[in-house]
Amino acid sequence: MIDFGALREMMPSILDGFWLTLRLLGYSAAIATVVGTVLATMRVSPVAVLRGFGTSYVNIFRNTPLVVLFIIFVTGGPQLLGRVEFTTLATIALSVYTAAFICEGIRSGVNTVPTGQAEAARSIGMGFTQTLTVVVLPQAFRAVIPPLASIYIALAKNTSVAAAFGVAELTYRMRSLNEQFPQETVTRFFGIVLFYMLIVAVISGIAQAFERRLAVS
Amino acid sequence: MSSVLFDIPGPRAQARYRIVGGVSTLVLAALIGWVLWILYQNDQFSQNKWQPFTDPDVLLNLGEGLLLTLRAAAVAILLAMAFGAVFASGRLSNRPWLRWPAALIVEFFRAVPLILLILFIFLLAGGTLSRFWCLVLGLMLYNGAVLAEIFRAGVNAVPRGQSEAAYAIGMRKGQILRIILAPQAVTAMLPAIISQCVVALKDTTLGIIIASEDVIFTGRLIYNDFRYNNAIIVGTMLAIVFITINYSLSKLAQYVERRLASRGERAVDLTKIASI
Repeated sequence: MIDFGALREMMPSILDGFWLTLRLLGYSAAIATVVGTVLATMRVSPVAVLRGFGTSYVNIFRNTPLVVLFIIFVTGGPQLLGRVEFTTLATIALSVYTAAFICEGIRSGVNTVPTGQAEAARSIGMGFTQTLTVVVLPQAFRAVIPPLASIYIALAKNTSVAAAFGVAELTYRMRSLNEQFPQETVTRFFGIVLFYMLIVAVISGIAQAFERRLAVS
Repeated sequence: MSSVLFDIPGPRAQARYRIVGGVSTLVLAALIGWVLWILYQNDQFSQNKWQPFTDPDVLLNLGEGLLLTLRAAAVAILLAMAFGAVFASGRLSNRPWLRWPAALIVEFFRAVPLILLILFIFLLAGGTLSRFWCLVLGLMLYNGAVLAEIFRAGVNAVPRGQSEAAYAIGMRKGQILRIILAPQAVTAMLPAIISQCVVALKDTTLGIIIASEDVIFTGRLIYNDFRYNNAIIVGTMLAIVFITINYSLSKLAQYVERRLASRGERAVDLTKIASI
C-alpha cells in the first residue's frame, strides 16, 4: 500500500507545501482572531448600529461556502487590486470567513460568564468597556478555548481549499506529484494527511495545556 | 436585546450612544461606499459584466447546476446519516474490537481535509466512478464521521436511569440503543443535525477540485468566459443563493432548539464536535 521509498522521494515537495500551509494558517489565524474579537465586541455593545453590523457580518460570511469566497477574493481580486500574490488573496478569503466563526466562538464564551459577575462590575460603577475588558473577557477566555481550538483546527483544514485556486500548499501536492508518482496515490494521500494530523494534534495539545492551566478546581 | 454588560441607558448615556452610533454609521457607510467606489472604478457595474444574468438560458443553466448541488448534498447527508449511525453504535459498543476501529475511522475522517479526501477518491477511482459519486462519497465519509460524534453525544445525553431501567426489565444492549435511547436522543440531536446539513451544503462546493458538475461549475463557465470576466459578480450571486438557503436552515435549527428548551430539554452542544 505505502511505498516508503517513493514517500522519501516526494518528501521535499510535501514539506514545501507544508510550509506554505503553515504560513496560510498562521497569517489567517492571526487576522481572523483580531477581526473576530472586534466583531464580537460589536455584537455585545450597547450601540445598535454596531450590533447590527456584527450580526450581518456573521450571518453573511458563516453561510457562504468558502469556495465562493475564494472565487470572489482570489479569482476576482486581481480585477480590483492588480497583481497580488494568490497566497495573499487566499489569506484574505480565509481570514474573512474564519473571523465570523471566531466572533461566534468568543460570544458564546462571553455568555458562559455568570451574569452576577457583570452585575457586580456594573454596581461598583464600571462602564461597558471596563466591565468587558477587566471582568468578563478574562473569565470568558477559559470558556472560549474549546470552541476556538475547533475553529483553528477547521481553519487548518480549510487552508486546503486554496489548492483549487493555484496556491501550491499541502493538498496541491496531491495533484502536482501525480505526474512524477502516478502509481502511488495512496502513498501521496497518507504522506500529506500525516502533516494535517500533525497540525490538528499540535493545536488540540496546546488547547488542552491551556485548559489544564486555567482550570478552576 | 438584553445584556448585563451595560445598564439601561439614562439620558446622558443615551446621548453618548447616539454620538457613537452616529459616528460608527458614518464610518461604516464610508467603508461600504469606498468598496462600492472601487468596484465602480474597476468597471464592475458595467453592462457586459451583468449581461449573463439577463440571459434566460444562463439562468436556466444556473438553476440546473443548483439542483445538482442540492441533490449531491441531499444524497450525501442521507448516506452520512446511515454511516454515522453505524459508527456511532460501533463507538458505543461494549466490545473493544468494535469500539477501537470505529473510533479510529471516525477520528481519521474528521481530521482529513475534505477537499483532499474528494481529490484522493477521484484519483483512486481513476474514472471508474463518476465525479458526482466521488464528491458524494467524500461528503458521506466526512459528514458521516461528524454525525457519528453527534449521535454519540445525543445518546450519552439521555439520562442514565433510562438504560438502567431497560436493563432491569431484561433488554439487551442492542435493544436498549434501538428502542430506548435512540428515539429519545433524536430530538436533542435535531438542531445539530440541521446545522450539519448547512455544512454539507456548503461543502458540496468543494467538488470544484474535481470539476464536478454543479452550480459552481456553471458559475465558472460564466466568469471564465472572456466576454464577461466577472468572477466577483458571479461569486456574489452564488453567495446570495447559498446565504438564503443556509440562513433559512440555521433559523430552523434555532427554532427547533428553542422549542426543545421550552420543553425543558437540552440540545446537543456542538462546540467540541462542530466543524466549519
